[in-house]
Amino acid sequence: MIDTTSPDFWPDLFEVLLLGTGQTLYMVFFALLFTVLIGLPIGILLVGTERGGLFERPFGSLAFGRILNRVLDFIVNLGRSVPFIILMIAIIPFTRVVVGTFIGPTAAIVPLSLVAIPFFARMVEISIKEVDPGLSEAAHSLGASRWLIVRKVFIPEALPGMLLGLATTVTSIINFSAMVGVVAGGGLGNVAVTYGYQRYSTIHMVAVIIIIFVIVMILQGVATHFAKKFARTSIGESRAQTIGRKVVRDSPVGP
Amino acid sequence: MISLTSVSKSFGSGARRTVALDNVSLDVPEGDIFGVVGQSGAGKSTLIRTVNLLERPDSGSIRVDGQELTALGDNDLRVARQGIGMVFQHFNLLSSRTVQGNVEFALEVIGVDSRERKRRAAEILDLVGLGAKASSFPSQLSGGQKQRVGIARALAARPRVLLSDEATSALDPETTRSILELFRTINRDLGLTVLLITHEMDVVKTICDSAALLEAGQIKENGRLVELISTPGSRLARDLFPLGAIGELPGTTVIDITFSGGNADRPVIAQLARDHAIDVSILGAAIETIAGNQAGRTRLGLPGDARSNAAAIADLRAQGLLVEIVGGAAA
Repeated sequence: MIDTTSPDFWPDLFEVLLLGTGQTLYMVFFALLFTVLIGLPIGILLVGTERGGLFERPFGSLAFGRILNRVLDFIVNLGRSVPFIILMIAIIPFTRVVVGTFIGPTAAIVPLSLVAIPFFARMVEISIKEVDPGLSEAAHSLGASRWLIVRKVFIPEALPGMLLGLATTVTSIINFSAMVGVVAGGGLGNVAVTYGYQRYSTIHMVAVIIIIFVIVMILQGVATHFAKKFARTSIGESRAQTIGRKVVRDSPVGP
Repeated sequence: MISLTSVSKSFGSGARRTVALDNVSLDVPEGDIFGVVGQSGAGKSTLIRTVNLLERPDSGSIRVDGQELTALGDNDLRVARQGIGMVFQHFNLLSSRTVQGNVEFALEVIGVDSRERKRRAAEILDLVGLGAKASSFPSQLSGGQKQRVGIARALAARPRVLLSDEATSALDPETTRSILELFRTINRDLGLTVLLITHEMDVVKTICDSAALLEAGQIKENGRLVELISTPGSRLARDLFPLGAIGELPGTTVIDITFSGGNADRPVIAQLARDHAIDVSILGAAIETIAGNQAGRTRLGLPGDARSNAAAIADLRAQGLLVEIVGGAAA
């Protein structure tokens, strides 16, 4: 039990929460960064290598495009179906190779990215599929290259949907980052386990829940704001909401 | 300027194979406004999309401005497409960009620098009459305005050919007229060759110099409008000047007279009454100005059977008028 009447209680609580929040934000930030850097291209390739897509024939080979599409689809499905806690343990050898250790917030970034990449790739895929195919046709008629179409048609037009997808992705990264805490990954999850659970400190537990809730609300609010801002269609708002609902429906099952 | 030779295209395979284009050959002279008409499903859309190879034909040759497009590699094809503007039925504008941004997009594709892009976009928006809307987003525009943006974007790279895929089909009649006028203007002022597809006869009547009738993937008729009108049995001419169904008129010979060019203003009816003492009744008429010429068709009822009117009909034909006997006893 923790002695809440001790004069050190409040300063300690503050310090522990500050460190936990810092570690969580650090894990989430870098996991998110890698998720976008890797998930975005995968999502684009998922759409592009479909029949009739922009990258239907990579290096001039239709068969290669088909295979690439199947492989990516398989990887994404695999990544999304393995429960996080199993994934995290299963990839420990890989994490050690990449980071040098499998303990601590930095090591946690690896499994967090790996679980979020397939998820975000699907969000990107869904958002790009929502873009009117007529737009890419018009761009083709103007003589635009594939790369230019991706950069200046697909990404800007799918941005509202992708931002909402990103918000959902962050939320699940935060979820999973708490789970990492259970196995010595650090962060707010660690605080909840070591203080809230093992030492029966309700105050710690409640504080962690509130902080995580606030972080999620802020990120969701920011993403929704920008999604609306970029949705320039007359039905922009309702479209953003539709995409949002789809994203929620498609969320991975929690722990 | 645009020349299709024996172009064929089919979709699907086996029992579900549908032929969209069946050995189509077409020549669009430079500076022409050429209209391809046909029912939906006739292959019009496929036809126009093969011209810039958005749809690659199974066989045949496509030459635009002297260049064989089917032989080009990816990069050369992109360059060739920059010289062929295209306008779409549903506008296909980028919703995330302003009007100005949409026009600039076409210039970004060809690698024009930022300052020059701004200048040229503004210039072309003035040309299509949308200078004041440069910073609006497409969602804030009416259908006609959106299509003007579409046209501005298609013109931005200064193409020599403009393809129009049912550009006015989603617009009301008033707006359609103003968009067609814009086509006419850019055709005249910029010397652009225009190939358009439409299911609206009015579009052809209003601006086309030449037309082709596409049916089940085949070109059934094809030629300059003024010539088509004076071609006996031309379905395009009949569709351009519809006179309706022929009613039951016992004891009357019904004839359709087609006027074109110089004989359009002839006092035919008065002449028939005077020279042949026939009491002519007018059953239908359609007169229009086509490509600067008065042209039209008139349906007349002549009392008596064809034999008794033979002299009068022969006289009309001798004057260079196209006369078809469409009802009553055969001649």
